[in-house]
Amino acid sequence: MAKTAVKVENVSVMFNLNKEKVDNIKEYLIKMVKRELRFTEFWALKNISFEVKQGERIGILGFNGAGKSTMLKVIAGVLKPTKGSVEVNGVIAPLLELGAGFDMNYSGSENIYLYGATMGYSRKYIQERYDEIVAFSELGDFIDVPVKNYSSGMRARLGFSIATAVEPQVLILDEVLSVGDAKFKIKSEAKIKSMFDKGVTVLFVSHNTAQVRRLCTKAILLDHGEIIAAGTADEVCDIYDKKVKSK
Amino acid sequence: MNTASKKIKISAYLQNLWKYRFLLVEIVRKNVKLQYRNSVLGIFWTFLQPLLTTLVLVLVFGGIFGKSNEGIVCYPIYLLCGRLLYEFFTQSTKRAMRSIRNSASVIKKVYVPKYIYPIANVLSNFVTFAISLSVLVVMMAYYMIFTDVAIRITPYILLSFVPIIILLVLCTGIGLILSTLNVFFKDIEYLYEVFCMLIFYATPIFYKVDALGANKFVQMGLMANPLYSIVSMFRSCVLFGEMWNWNHFFYASVFSLAMLGIGSLVFYKKQDKFILHI
Repeated sequence: MAKTAVKVENVSVMFNLNKEKVDNIKEYLIKMVKRELRFTEFWALKNISFEVKQGERIGILGFNGAGKSTMLKVIAGVLKPTKGSVEVNGVIAPLLELGAGFDMNYSGSENIYLYGATMGYSRKYIQERYDEIVAFSELGDFIDVPVKNYSSGMRARLGFSIATAVEPQVLILDEVLSVGDAKFKIKSEAKIKSMFDKGVTVLFVSHNTAQVRRLCTKAILLDHGEIIAAGTADEVCDIYDKKVKSK
Repeated sequence: MNTASKKIKISAYLQNLWKYRFLLVEIVRKNVKLQYRNSVLGIFWTFLQPLLTTLVLVLVFGGIFGKSNEGIVCYPIYLLCGRLLYEFFTQSTKRAMRSIRNSASVIKKVYVPKYIYPIANVLSNFVTFAISLSVLVVMMAYYMIFTDVAIRITPYILLSFVPIIILLVLCTGIGLILSTLNVFFKDIEYLYEVFCMLIFYATPIFYKVDALGANKFVQMGLMANPLYSIVSMFRSCVLFGEMWNWNHFFYASVFSLAMLGIGSLVFYKKQDKFILHI
């Protein structure tokens, strides 16, 4: 039996919603004295549990505000759940907003090492993959230019190349298959497919059921912070499509 | 929580720090590299900046307001010692303060131990500080060779790393506290700016405390400033060639370690809430 890659247990996430953002001491004190520091509780995720086995590819579906992004943040370890726990075995590569860890004044090649270190890899490890990353990103001579002068496509290409070159065990894909131009899109899909063959575990967030059916083995459907359907990709996509039509 | 699970937690913490040591190194490297990029003189500013500001201070306090330098052996060196340490203190704590907010884009997307950012910013300033210390060496050599000022170089100069280490601990602690506060209240940035100005005058950078003739309370107030103790220790070793006053040593060490303790605790308790505010 395959090992568990991601285990989500009874996870709930609560946000305090206050109408105005209080971010200075004066306002905070005034509101505290006036007893206006009231918050409305908002549960973005309510008691979610699921398990992803190694090599499984799971699609996460849901309408806007269903809690998909919150779910991914919890799994990526960025957001701590209010209740429950998440267990991840292996290195996660969150392919969300590619290039978020770049320093704009740093050149492309310098950013490769910085981004690699952000993911927990040593300079030596990245050095071994450096040529591959540069080749895949197709940046050529632009690699020595500060990233602030890059186009958004170039930035995303470099981010994608680094994040996939380090051979992560768990891949979080958030609509990233639309990186760059048509040519690069084909290339990046092929790269991700080749990672599938190596048995990478995938968490894929999308609104596109056709894509989920094509790429995923399983799926879950979130609505208002709860799992309302879970099963094979086709089953869940059918339910989702039906819900879309009935709206 | 029982002690056994506490132990496990601490070792897990250290393991995590070890895993992310590359990130620490990369951020330090980045900050040092980027600091003077696109400036014509580049790294030379590390030497030039303290030299020029010291020159201004010498002109102002040694010339125009000429009283403050009375009874100080080799005033420029005296000034430079104080200014170098002060500059490291303010620059590193200011950068650490902004570090969490500045790294918001990363912290929101990828898991990284967040304390890496304030610590890396203090360390990168420490690197530039260490480089700028060579200005002190050159200046002292100049004064010893070309003038007959009585600078006493004794084996105590080898102990000058002690006040520097204490200062590093102090900056890390205060940096952790400030970076946490700054996530929740951005006002801290403006308040701290004023506070640094206060520290500049409250640390005997350009004057001597006993030459002030101030009353007891003012003197006590000045003594409460840990930077005063650290600067005094540093000057004892480097400039006066004598052992430091042990009261200074104990006060500065205890104060700095307490700051580090408070800083780590505050940061640890609040770090999970950062993402909701940045």
